[in-house]
Amino acid sequence: MKKYDYLLLRFGEVTLKGRNRARFEKAAVEHVRALMRPYPDAKIRREFGRIYVDPGSEPVETLIPILQNVFGMTSLSPVRAVQPELDEIIRAAGELIEDMELDRETTFKTNVRRVWKDFPYSSQESNPLVATPLLKRFSLLKVDVRNPELELRVEIRDKAAYVYGEVIPGVGGFPLGTNGKALLLLSGGIDSPVAGWSALRRGLELECIHFHSYPFTSEKAKEKVIDLAQGLAEYAGKVRLHIVPFTEVQTSFTQMGQDNLMITLMRRAMLRIATKVAEREKALALVTGESLGQVASQTLPSMNVIERATELPILRPLVMTDKDEIIRLSRKIGTYETSILPYEDCCTLFVPKSPTTNPNLRIVNKIEAVTPNLERLIEEAAAGTETIELLAGGARLRREAAEAEAAIKQDWF
Amino acid sequence: MLNFDHAASTPTAPDVIRTMAEVMEAHSGNPSSIHRGGEAASKLLERSREVCAAAIGGVKPGELVFTSGATESNNLAVKGMMLGRNDGKKHIVTTAIEHASVYESCRQLEQLGFEVTYVRPEADGIVSFHTVLAAVREDTALVSVMHVNNETGAVQPIAEIGRQLKRLHPRVRFHVDGVQGFAQLSLDLNEAGIDLYSLSAHKIRGPRGVGILYVREGVRLFPLFSGGGQESGIRAGTENVAAIVGAAKAFRLAAEGRTERAGKMNALREMVVAEVNRHAGLRLTEPKQSSPHIIHFTFSGLKSQVILHTLEELGVQVSAQSACSAKTEKPSRVLSAMGREHEEAISGIRISLGDEHGQSEVRQLVKVIGSAVDRLAPLEGRKR
Repeated sequence: MKKYDYLLLRFGEVTLKGRNRARFEKAAVEHVRALMRPYPDAKIRREFGRIYVDPGSEPVETLIPILQNVFGMTSLSPVRAVQPELDEIIRAAGELIEDMELDRETTFKTNVRRVWKDFPYSSQESNPLVATPLLKRFSLLKVDVRNPELELRVEIRDKAAYVYGEVIPGVGGFPLGTNGKALLLLSGGIDSPVAGWSALRRGLELECIHFHSYPFTSEKAKEKVIDLAQGLAEYAGKVRLHIVPFTEVQTSFTQMGQDNLMITLMRRAMLRIATKVAEREKALALVTGESLGQVASQTLPSMNVIERATELPILRPLVMTDKDEIIRLSRKIGTYETSILPYEDCCTLFVPKSPTTNPNLRIVNKIEAVTPNLERLIEEAAAGTETIELLAGGARLRREAAEAEAAIKQDWF
Repeated sequence: MLNFDHAASTPTAPDVIRTMAEVMEAHSGNPSSIHRGGEAASKLLERSREVCAAAIGGVKPGELVFTSGATESNNLAVKGMMLGRNDGKKHIVTTAIEHASVYESCRQLEQLGFEVTYVRPEADGIVSFHTVLAAVREDTALVSVMHVNNETGAVQPIAEIGRQLKRLHPRVRFHVDGVQGFAQLSLDLNEAGIDLYSLSAHKIRGPRGVGILYVREGVRLFPLFSGGGQESGIRAGTENVAAIVGAAKAFRLAAEGRTERAGKMNALREMVVAEVNRHAGLRLTEPKQSSPHIIHFTFSGLKSQVILHTLEELGVQVSAQSACSAKTEKPSRVLSAMGREHEEAISGIRISLGDEHGQSEVRQLVKVIGSAVDRLAPLEGRKR
């Protein structure tokens, strides 16, 4: 017999009350559905502002770490569903506590809620009826109704009684996409995937844009970025990645004899292209992984000059975050290992020895005005983007396709 | 001729041979090249690494280094850990029953001024984890203990040693030679606090010439081969891609079939054990815990070679000591360390089981052991 019958997902009161409730709930269910796509056995049910996931034949241990990433979810609990009878409830509760393998004194209370009024005992009467035999059986449990470490909850409904104790925290935030859509500038570095994750968590739907300067940057650099976007797709369920052919724009700047402004010019061109793609895809903001002062293009004067290239708001989730913390998050969301692979992206190309940290807007404007065909090259780059759609769990299929192309057979492994 | 020497090497699985032939035919790129051919080879290599990581369980692909075999893995683990240190730590704890590749590496390091404690096993061939831990000193950098002894099949208390080591001496690194027993026994590397772990493909029906060294993330080794920075710079040299792909398949199959294989081999092992016990002249080596694939006994007073050749004449190949030290006529280092007298330590015989052995092969083996003992017992008596 399987140990748990459902996973119960709870959402913050802020997100699930008020006029937005229906929309938020729908977004959350859709997100759960997308994350469960690789597990077709799992069934999803929405009820009273909560989501129940029936794991089917999947072990809950597999699903918990995945469902912990449902944005807007405050916590989840593995739940036992039993016949709404007192004996059954006590037995299930006993098994749950047994599984916790208590090794020290643990404060405890029961919280029984009778929703089905035909159950012979009221909520208040039920509490001692459930708690007493448990206290007798587990000598390490000690009652504390104010601030218990373990709150054993029982919900009695007509078809079943739900019993659960463990409460596993979720990532919080807003349900996916409920705050609109934005376009993430995804480089191959550590920061931008973390910024992307933060944006997703805050209820943004994301598309990603990456600038590729083949042959100055390799196919591997492109694959790396696809892998990073795939990493975000594992959280979002789905992510679209736009890859911009950036070589022409980038090399046009190298002719201008203004090496120390190279990065400023390049970043501004990127924002212009990103703005065009954002408008096309109906995204209302750009998201970057910039962190104040981290590199020459992320000083305040640089940001000031670069940002003027777009009218869209630029969201910088990491702008005040230290590198150590960014790295910690990067490891947590699982993009770190990919991010540190040593393939050059276009931002490290043609980088001067001393890029300016304090660009002069007037001079930048002048150079851009005289760079041959800049407007046309930017148009062409935006129009020439290649778009890849990445789905949660799609990494394997994508790799198998790439391997088939490289004459690698699956049955070799 | 029946082969019962699978602890020395195993017949390569037909699927592995087919895979390797196909890979060799389709791919000749160097994984370090950045053209398409190189990238295909690199993809094969990284996929193999993932498959091996999954077979080992609980480790990351990036923590695996492909080597030319377990001898290299063991050399790299032991010497790589000790050479180039600048913290002044110069002491190793290992056992007197390690495979030659660990043992001789330690001997070599002694010549360079390092110090080694060789912990002796109990009489049954298993080291006590208390003894191992008691040997750890202030300046100990490495503890190296094998999982299954290649001669006697004795299973060493790896998990206990690792757990206590991490608790009492968290800075001391723990290397485990996991070559024998990978196909039969499971080992949780994380739970056992293992930092370095050696494996060999040809012991588990993969090709000869491929080994793995697991190097826990954050553990630094001094490379023994310098060159083009392959294998994260720990082991330079162009990777043997086809053999590595074949090895990955073999490791996967070995891990997947482990439980079933162990059950089957334990039953076969019992049949051989019963036969050995039937003969008064044979002394079964009985570790408290033994790997299902090895049966070891001694025939006091007779040189292993004599027994081995008699068995061979009767149609069965077995081994004396380990294959790597079989050609010396010296008493077995392992048996001597277990406190066996000279007469016994020269007479060890190892029978080791493989996937293709079933009841009928083992019945024949049992019969041959019987005939050999009948032939040899009178000689042995006369010698006394």
